Amino acid sequence: MKDILEKQAETTTKEIKKTISCCSSSGRRSEPIFTLSGKTDYVIKSTSGEITPVNRLDHLMARLGVKREQHRVEPGLYTMGNPKKDSPVFVSANYTLSFDALRSALKSIDCYILVLDTKGVNVWCAAGKGAFGTNEIVHRIESVGLKDVVNHRILIVPQLGATGVDARQVRDRSGFKVEFGPVRAADLPEYLKTHRATPEMRSVRFTLYDRIVLIPVEMKNFLIPLLIASVILALVGSYTAAAAVISAAFSGLVLFPILLPWIPTTDFSTKGFLMGGLAAVIFALDSFYSMTNENLWLRFGWALAYMLVMPQISAFLALNFTGSTTFASVTGVKREIFTYMPIMAWVSGIGIILIIVLSSVKIIGGI
Amino acid sequence: MFNSYVSNTLEYDPELCINCGMCSTVCPHRVFSPDGKKAQLVNPKACMECGACQLNCPTKAIKVDNGVGCASAMMLAAVKGKKEVTCGCDSSC
Repeated sequence: MKDILEKQAETTTKEIKKTISCCSSSGRRSEPIFTLSGKTDYVIKSTSGEITPVNRLDHLMARLGVKREQHRVEPGLYTMGNPKKDSPVFVSANYTLSFDALRSALKSIDCYILVLDTKGVNVWCAAGKGAFGTNEIVHRIESVGLKDVVNHRILIVPQLGATGVDARQVRDRSGFKVEFGPVRAADLPEYLKTHRATPEMRSVRFTLYDRIVLIPVEMKNFLIPLLIASVILALVGSYTAAAAVISAAFSGLVLFPILLPWIPTTDFSTKGFLMGGLAAVIFALDSFYSMTNENLWLRFGWALAYMLVMPQISAFLALNFTGSTTFASVTGVKREIFTYMPIMAWVSGIGIILIIVLSSVKIIGGI
Repeated sequence: MFNSYVSNTLEYDPELCINCGMCSTVCPHRVFSPDGKKAQLVNPKACMECGACQLNCPTKAIKVDNGVGCASAMMLAAVKGKKEVTCGCDSSC
């Protein structure tokens, strides 16, 4: 993967050397005085709006959660096309998906892109932690000598960066006025016509596509514990029990995000509970009607066990999806944890004890 | 009981508003709406407590306990006994 990234850096960025004044070492914020600060080489990199197959492979790997932290672009200043002194400057994160979304949206626009060091994290998440923030912008403006590259003092920052970027502080400390652009880079060409974003452009969405692309990463996070659980169940319990765990996980990790806006409850946990419940009904009916030569209470016991445990698994997985959404508030998520986690723990605990009892009855061969 | 998102920590004091329009600009959920004289709090329930409005409000007219609404991060922090909740970013954020 590293080789691919290096190759990508070679192919998409041709480095242009420009000798400009660097004023970061002296820490001054006014116009740099060339004789005092000395001349330092700062390398302005160039990029294009083209998304190569190598980029696409990198995006796929990022979406699959392969080497999560390594989908990075080198921070610094980039040129797109042939920018002049009055060309716009756009700010981005050093996560390949963020940077590539921006440059592909700006395809035919001559401009500069100032890439902040967000440790390979996207704009919104990095802004939440302050990595895409006031300090980093001010530092980056100075370290690339932006004041000497352009003759204007405007930065176009993605709107979602506002969680970490205090526009007034950036202006006071760097002299650059922050203009919050639209949420999505794709709206930039339209935005640039008037420099006004419509309410539509200012709102985040969470479309079916947005939700589907998150599924692989969510699956990856829970893959190992789920595999262990189903292997143990297959060995000591039955294949049906193992299949039940996999089905409950599928309900919470796949069905739930896909159907999210249409599941008729508001909380994540209850939505997950309903999805797991649907799968549980199938398993409960199956065990009840297939074990026809068993005792009635044993058939009923197994059916109940599925109904108890499966919905809790998918409810828990659904609750864990909150961080990936574009709308869950801290207050609400906390409330969900306190409301539902004890219920999930107790009910699944009772269900697991029931399974152990039913299995030992089977092993002992009594009744 | 079954709607955990009916209320949140967002507080807005219209007395302090100077109508700069910044809150309406930065909010991704249209919680604020620009008006002739003062920003209007039109959809407080949609607030996800990201804190962008609070950070960019010049008169501190908006207050919100901002943070990341991520159950995995909160539970992980609780398990590890950490007070500060940050996403490890091995998650899907």
